[in-house]
Formats: sequence, C-alpha cells, structure tokens
Amino acid sequence: MVKEIFLSIKDLKKSFGSHKAVDGISFDIYKGNIFGLLGPNGAGKSTLLRMITGIFHQDSGEILLDGQPFDGLKHSDLIGYMPEERGLYKKMKVGEHILYLARLKGLNSEEATKRAKFWIEKLQMSSWWNKKVEDLSKGMSQKLQFVATVIHEPKLLILDEPFSGLDPVNANVIKDEIFRLAKEGTTIIFSTHRMEQVEEICDNIILVNLGKKLLDGSVYDVKQQFKEHVFSVNTQNKIENYPDFVSILEKGTHNITFQTKDDLEPNMVLSQLIAQQNPILRFQEHLPSLNEIFIKLVNTTPTARPFQTV
Amino acid sequence: MKTSVILKREYLSRVKKRSFILTTLLLPILFIVFIFGTSYLATKSTREKTVVVMDESGLFNQKLTPTSSIKYEYRQEPIGQLKEKLYNDSFTALLYIPKFDINQKQQLQIFSNENLGTEVESSLNNQLNDIVRNERIKLAGIDESQYKTASQDMISFVNTVGEEQKTSSSEIASIVGTVSGVLLYFFLLLYGASVMRSVMEEKTNRIAEIIVSSVKPYQLMLGKIIGVALVGLTQVVIWIVFIILLGVVAMPFLKGGMAMDPAQAQILAQPGMTGAGEQAAVSGIINQIMSGNIQGINLVSTLGWFVFFFLGGYFLYAALFAAVGSLVNEDQQDAQQFSTIITMPIIFSFLIMSAALKDPQSGLAVFGSIFPLTSPIVMMARIPFDVPASQLILSVVCLIIGFVLTTLLAAKIYRTGILMYGKKITFKEVGKWLFQKN
Repeated sequence: MVKEIFLSIKDLKKSFGSHKAVDGISFDIYKGNIFGLLGPNGAGKSTLLRMITGIFHQDSGEILLDGQPFDGLKHSDLIGYMPEERGLYKKMKVGEHILYLARLKGLNSEEATKRAKFWIEKLQMSSWWNKKVEDLSKGMSQKLQFVATVIHEPKLLILDEPFSGLDPVNANVIKDEIFRLAKEGTTIIFSTHRMEQVEEICDNIILVNLGKKLLDGSVYDVKQQFKEHVFSVNTQNKIENYPDFVSILEKGTHNITFQTKDDLEPNMVLSQLIAQQNPILRFQEHLPSLNEIFIKLVNTTPTARPFQTV
Repeated sequence: MKTSVILKREYLSRVKKRSFILTTLLLPILFIVFIFGTSYLATKSTREKTVVVMDESGLFNQKLTPTSSIKYEYRQEPIGQLKEKLYNDSFTALLYIPKFDINQKQQLQIFSNENLGTEVESSLNNQLNDIVRNERIKLAGIDESQYKTASQDMISFVNTVGEEQKTSSSEIASIVGTVSGVLLYFFLLLYGASVMRSVMEEKTNRIAEIIVSSVKPYQLMLGKIIGVALVGLTQVVIWIVFIILLGVVAMPFLKGGMAMDPAQAQILAQPGMTGAGEQAAVSGIINQIMSGNIQGINLVSTLGWFVFFFLGGYFLYAALFAAVGSLVNEDQQDAQQFSTIITMPIIFSFLIMSAALKDPQSGLAVFGSIFPLTSPIVMMARIPFDVPASQLILSVVCLIIGFVLTTLLAAKIYRTGILMYGKKITFKEVGKWLFQKN
C-alpha cells in the first residue's frame, strides 16, 4: 500500500494575546491512518483541532488537506468533528437532531434521513428516534454524537475523547466502527489522555505540550526510541549460573530481568542458558508503555500544568 | 444554503412551542384587557368623595355640580365642629368659604385628611370661579344667556399638513403612534432577549462548537437572527389577520365598550355617542379601515413603516443581543450586566417617544427619530403625524447603515465569544476582538 499524505500541518502557530497556544507544530497524517494527538490539559490540542476544523484561523503556518490549502467553507463537509465538550439541543428529538446536524454538513434531507435511519439501526438506537435529547443518558447522547459526526462520511474524522462516558460494551461498538472507518480509508485524528487506548487504536502519534511538539512517529518507533534495553527470560529449570556481562535487575530462581548495553547481549544471555541445557519458556523485551514515556517527557519539560495520569 | 437550514430550525423550534401559540393568542387579549381595565379602574374604582361646603357667603349654596366621584354637602355648622367631624373621617374634605367681596381676589381654605388630587381640586376651582364670574356678570347687568352665546367656543382645528389636502386628527395620530411605538418597544426587548437566550444556551450547552465546525459563526448568527425575525413577523401577521377578522365580523355587533384598535378607541374618545349614532360611526370607521384610511392616516403605509422599523430595529438590536449572549458564561449575573447596556437605549427610545408624541417636531424628537439606536421606536411614533420626507429618508438610511455596522461588529465579538469558556470576559478583551483580523 502506498502511503498517501492526507493532512499536512506545517509550522502552525496561534496565539491568544501573549499566550502561545500552538507554537510552530508540524506533522503529516497518512490516509486511512488513526492518528493519536496526545498531551496534557492545556497543551494546545483543542486549539490545534479547532484550526484543523476551521473554527479558528491560524496566525501563521499552513494546513494542507489532500494537497490543497485548507479552506473552512469549502472543506468543512469533508470533516467530522466530535469535540471533547459535547453539547446537543436538549429540546430536540433524537432523529430530528441527527438530521439537523447532517443537513448542516451539506446532505440533502432525503439522503440525511436514509443515512440517519441506517446508523440508528446499526447502533441499536431505533427506539430513540422520537425521544427528546434531554431524556438520554450520557452514554446514549455520546452514541448520538458519534452518529452525527460520521453521518456525512467525512474523509477526516476528528474525535476528542470519544469514549468518555461510555460503558465497555458501547465503547467497543464505537471502537469497531472507528477501525472499520479507517479500513475504508477515513483518516482519523484521535485526541485523548488515555494511553492504553492509544496503544490499542493508534498507528501514529504526536505528543504536544505547551504548544510545541515533543515527539511524533508510529507507536512502534516511539517505543523503540524510548526503550531501555530491558529483557526478561523465564526458564523451566533452576538457573544455576547467572550471566555476569549484563546488569541484572532481578534475579529469580526461574527468571532473570536484565539490562543490556548492546544489541547482541540478549543473544549471549540466551546462548549461555541454552548451553546449560535449561529450556527457555519465554523471552521478552520490556518496552516502556506510552504512559511512562509521556510522563517522563512531560515532566522533563517545564510545564504549567502537570500531566494527568490515568 | 446552510444558513437556511439554521434559519428553518430556529423558526420552527420557536413557532411550534406552546409558549409561542399562547403569547400570540393571549397578548392581544391581555392588551385589550389592560387598556380597558385601566380606563375602567380609573373611572369606577375611585372612591366617592364627599366635600362638605361651609358657605358663609351664601354665593355657592347648591350650585356645585356633583360628579360620579364627588358629592357636595352644604352645612351650616361651626367650623370647629366640622373640622372635628372631618378628622373623624365622616367625609373627605371641608371647604370653608367666608363672606367676601366678589370683586377682590380671594383665597379659600380647604381642609382634608388626604391629598385630594389635582382632578378634584381643579374641577372645584373651575366651578367656583365660574359661579363667581356669573355673579359678576349679573352685577354688571349683562344677561346670562347673552353672555353664554357670546362666550361659546367657536374655533376648533382641522389640520392640513403639507401640500396634500388630507385632514388628520392629532388625537388619532397619537393613538396610532403610541400603539406602534409601544409594540415596537416590546418586540425589540422580547425578540432581542430571545436571540440572546438562544445564543447563551448554545454556548453553555457547548453545541456551538459542533455547529461552527460545519458553518461559519456568522452564518449561525444570521440564521438565528433572521429566524427569530420571521417568528416576530408571523406573530404580527397573525395579529393583523385577527384584528381584520374581528373588525369585519364582530365590530358591527359591538355596540358599546370593546375597542380593538385605534379606530375603535376613537369612538370611545368621542363623547356623547350613543346607540344608533355610535353604530353609524362604527360602520363609518369600518368603511375607512376597508379603504385603508382612518381620518387621514394611511393604515397601509403605516403598517409598511411598522414592518420596516420593526425589522431594522430588530436586526440592529438582535445582533447586539447575540454578541452579548456570546460573552456570557454560566454566570447569570454577567448576562444581566451586559444586557443592561443594550436595553438602556431601548428604554431611552421609549422616553424620547413620549416626548415626541407631545411635540413631534421638537429637536429631541427629530434627533431621536434619526439616530439609529432610537429611531425605530421614536420614528414609528412620529410617522402618523406626517414626517417630512427628508427626515424619513435620513432615518431609513441611518438605520440601514446602523444595522449593517452593528451586525458586522457583533459578528466579530460573537465568533470569538461563543468559544470562550471558563474565565470572565472583560470589556478590554472585547475591544481587542473588534480589531482582530479574520
């Protein structure tokens, strides 16, 4: 598959008064990719997303959508945006509300009705059609939001904390839809604090703090970049001779955890154990979790607001 | 295109509301009840007052004409005793008239427990003076009936304004002016506040961010403002239809009392009209309405101007109200504080309007009817009095420039304000937004 850049952000800047909310951020997102936008509260994520959705206009820098300079009026129908702070008209009925938001995305009323019915059925919300929005639970209105965000089949889907307020069953329903949409070619920006979701869902990530990019890359690359060369081995028999050329972090009777200095050392540890006729049950490299990486990174940069651990 | 989707929602969501249907039906009824209630109360509820006259001069005995609210009793008792009775509340006031020379100026004493009110005092004053005058005439040897013929009022006015030889009655003009001015005042406040509340709801509700990711903020603002304007027009149209129906169907059957519109109010204002005469007048008025003209006031053009000044004034203020709504966070007190700034000129307009009704050509009236913040209400009140075309054109131009300007400024505040959460917004910041590009 040829990787095709769908969204390209180039040295984007936006200030509010003297406060630099976004301070020269650049990155690319490939078509059909699920892209994680991560950062502590107040890092500039929302401002960044608002520029990509055309709500704010950047002070300087460039946003290219499918190779063209981004134009809020022209491109807004290509984007589906579900902000973190979600609101709906409380007095409207569910069906009416979906239709309204769909029509604002440029669908005609016939098409909007057809698709609304399709999605409502798909997410098992059929009985809600005539319910008032104010009568929905938080999880229910979340699903309604999701439908309203994807109903016009956006090319770029921006989801800010899409799972907050959802129970695990409904979270999985939405997650499956996200994977399916990505497979069908929708580019997805996924903004969150929740690192375990990022590891599970995202292909690529970017971490921002204080309006600046701290790092970006694929989840694999980022983990490789921050790995500390820690491995562990489990064996069937008791370990008699512990290797002395690596620093051993944990000495068990049937396992060792050790840190290496070069790439071949793990092989040497294994060779030694194999030479001792000790069957190896498990060998694993300990990669840092994204959570650990981010806490480390954010804490080493001077930050106004501490990163929220989850 | 998207603006029209917004407009449609804003319109339908309001028109379908039960409160819209209720106010549309109830407001005219309330209006009628209010007008008649107050005039009824003013005449009927006033307590009957008894004025005891202690007349030592003998000039006034049994000569004062009682009215529905004032009765006169003539007693010859020592003044001290009467005063005591007065203080015991057995009557309202005590008029003491000593013997006096009718050719001299005389001050009379009136005692009462409460303020009598200017109406009672002036009526009493006039009557006493008339009696004294008649007495003097008699003394001078002039026959009373001769004097009456001689002193009868012979002059009354028929106004001819401008070159057109149409006669207009300033009484009718002032009723039409007042009603249109008051209606506009209510509309501006009512619908302006409706726009503000709806903007606040969208902001605190956080739906605003979703909407402005699909449309530009100015589209949302315009859709809302125009939608609400159409709601107002719908209401006006319903009322006009209501009045016409009432006029055509019900008026011939109404013999007394009920006045639905200025035309009918005029009937009430004409004293001494009873029975057949009144009915004749009613059918006369109906004919006038049908021809679109009441005593020189062109109803159709007045209505046209009403719609223009309603829309112009509404657009001007609605934009400002929208901007204010976008500045408010959850704090209701902020809403109060900000919206006062906008309701102030509306209230001023109302005050200027009252002055303009008294003197439609005064400097204040002319200024008020041209300055766009006050012109919708003030000019509307002046229009029945025939405003010079030059002033009318100037007023229209100023109002159009005014609402275009306020809409542009408001849009700038609105698009930033609607996404500002959390902190309180200061006027200084708002000032900055006005000069922001894009």
